Amino acid sequence: MSELTLAQSLNGALATALESDERVVLLGEDIGRTGGVFRITDGLRDRYGAGRVFDTPVAESGIVGAAFGMAIAGLRPVAEIQFLGFSYPAYDQIINHVARIRNRSNHRFTAPMVIRIPFGGGIGAAEHHSESTEAIYAHIPGVKVVVPSTPADARGLLLASIEDPDPVVFLEPIRLYRAVKEEVPELYYTTEIGPVRVEREGNDITLISWGAMIKETRAAASILEETGASVEVLDLRTLSPLDHEGILSSAVKTGRVVVVHEAPRTAGLGAEIAAIIHEGALYSLLAPVRRVTGWDTIFPLKRSEAHYLPSVDRIVMAAQEVLEA
Amino acid sequence: MFSLINPDGTVRDRLPLTLEEMRGLYADMVEARTYDHKCIAMQRQGRLATYAPFEGQEAAQIGAASALRPDDWVAGTYRDAALMWRAGYGWHLLIAGRTGDERGGAPPEEVNVLPPSITVGGHMIHAVGLAWAESLEGTDRIALTSFGDGATSEGDFHEAMNFAAVFNTPTVFLCQNNGFAISYPRSEQTLSESIAIKAEGYGLPGVQVDGNDVAAVATVVREAADVARRGGGPSLIEAVTYRMGPHTTADDPGRYRDEDEAAEWRERDPLQRVRLLLERAGGWTPEWQEELEVTASKRIEYAVTEAEALPEPTVAEMFGRMYEAPTGPLREQMKEAGQ
Repeated sequence: MSELTLAQSLNGALATALESDERVVLLGEDIGRTGGVFRITDGLRDRYGAGRVFDTPVAESGIVGAAFGMAIAGLRPVAEIQFLGFSYPAYDQIINHVARIRNRSNHRFTAPMVIRIPFGGGIGAAEHHSESTEAIYAHIPGVKVVVPSTPADARGLLLASIEDPDPVVFLEPIRLYRAVKEEVPELYYTTEIGPVRVEREGNDITLISWGAMIKETRAAASILEETGASVEVLDLRTLSPLDHEGILSSAVKTGRVVVVHEAPRTAGLGAEIAAIIHEGALYSLLAPVRRVTGWDTIFPLKRSEAHYLPSVDRIVMAAQEVLEA
Repeated sequence: MFSLINPDGTVRDRLPLTLEEMRGLYADMVEARTYDHKCIAMQRQGRLATYAPFEGQEAAQIGAASALRPDDWVAGTYRDAALMWRAGYGWHLLIAGRTGDERGGAPPEEVNVLPPSITVGGHMIHAVGLAWAESLEGTDRIALTSFGDGATSEGDFHEAMNFAAVFNTPTVFLCQNNGFAISYPRSEQTLSESIAIKAEGYGLPGVQVDGNDVAAVATVVREAADVARRGGGPSLIEAVTYRMGPHTTADDPGRYRDEDEAAEWRERDPLQRVRLLLERAGGWTPEWQEELEVTASKRIEYAVTEAEALPEPTVAEMFGRMYEAPTGPLREQMKEAGQ
């Protein structure tokens, strides 16, 4: 066990994967010599060689398309795209090929590969560097979408994603890369893709979130508990496939749900979660499901970030309204 | 432009293939054309979905595939049935695919031919990844990707050529320049003097070959494959050919092409010149031709029967193909779909 940040935990998981499975290769822009823009692959090229960890030309479609070919031929590539806002040139590869080859070939060819992408705002970055467009990936049949929010989950989920027989889009919350440290076991372990993590158990209201917004959601839960409410917090961890059972059992238990996400509201995953709850737990609900989300605006630049990001106050206010309904 | 056999069947230079090899290539081209004609007929009968004929391109496809090893990778397009078949992908699977059946996308374990890519251009980089993986795994397998002149305008062409060059992957890029991207002529697709010349910008060799000359294509592709296999890196081959038919059965080439030009190309037919060559060398008789056609028809008919005999696809199969095991939401939806 050692105390690691989420970033260090991801680095350790990649090292473990390279160590334990010779089919694993890493490729992406600047991931070798400099260890990636967020240093997640720091030191891996030195330890495992330039024949396992590849710096590539600046070409996202090329990175994902080449990784796809490698996966079909038997390797376990882990591709890195620098920011979610830079992933769209690769979207064609993901939606048209990566997600479909199992279907197109009736299981004859498969693409067991991971596409790692840092995402989310809150670090005052330039335009395109703060995107939370996870819904457009969760909408694609044939890929899985995984989002860790703790250092221990980061390791288990990344190793599970690399082991998975199907392609995984692995979204890493930039704001949490170095936010907290946590004990992370050094052994090889996987965390099952799919099930929600019950971050905190409670009976009066359920707050559902994932990725970086877990931090604000957790803070809001603590404030609400000071006022006497018993709050359950779910960290979804997997956005596709969604854990319907995990979501519904909590909704049935508390009867009050607030979904918190950083992405724009319209057609965001909050809508999907609300629909799942209405279809599966309507008669247990004591109040309408509320969404606390980013606005339907372009993610703003540094000076306006606070106007956009769902704050602890917004979550608390929404939850109080739901509790009083 | 590299060529070996003139349209009249005379040989331009010494032919590096034996008479038997030429007879084999000719037989394969006859079989491929039989398939092509059969598919057009079946499409008209409503037995196949839209079909993209390859008539005129048999030499480019059969020649290229004949130069590969049975375990090499092939990533081609919807117009590459002859190429895929010669590389080991059964006619019955190609037909099944055109009847609208995903089971047509699964060649046998030992055949490394990907089902056709329908979007234009995205698959070229796959052949880079496939070849890259093979060289990392220490095999001497190569990957060939086939695409049209239109695909060279896609950004993915650039990314694929550049990656292949930078990582020295054993990839052969085969462009079948058939004159048109649906209706858009090659002359407007690029101002580049040729497509082969584009290789230079990536630090790679590029060669133009008469795409209607099966011996020339086979020779050039074999050389490129050998170089790649020995670690000498990728290359681009432009096979200059002509699509005699429409883009697909849903299209009328009369709207965009000059019929005189099409007639000229008919004179350069890839089968005819080999027939003339073989006839001159004593390797062709009308009886043999008839035998070839009868055999080809029988094989294609058998493939049609096999494809059409596949059991009705089930709802469970549709859901089952998304992941190795259906996810929770998929299981719920399967129930809703009555399974």
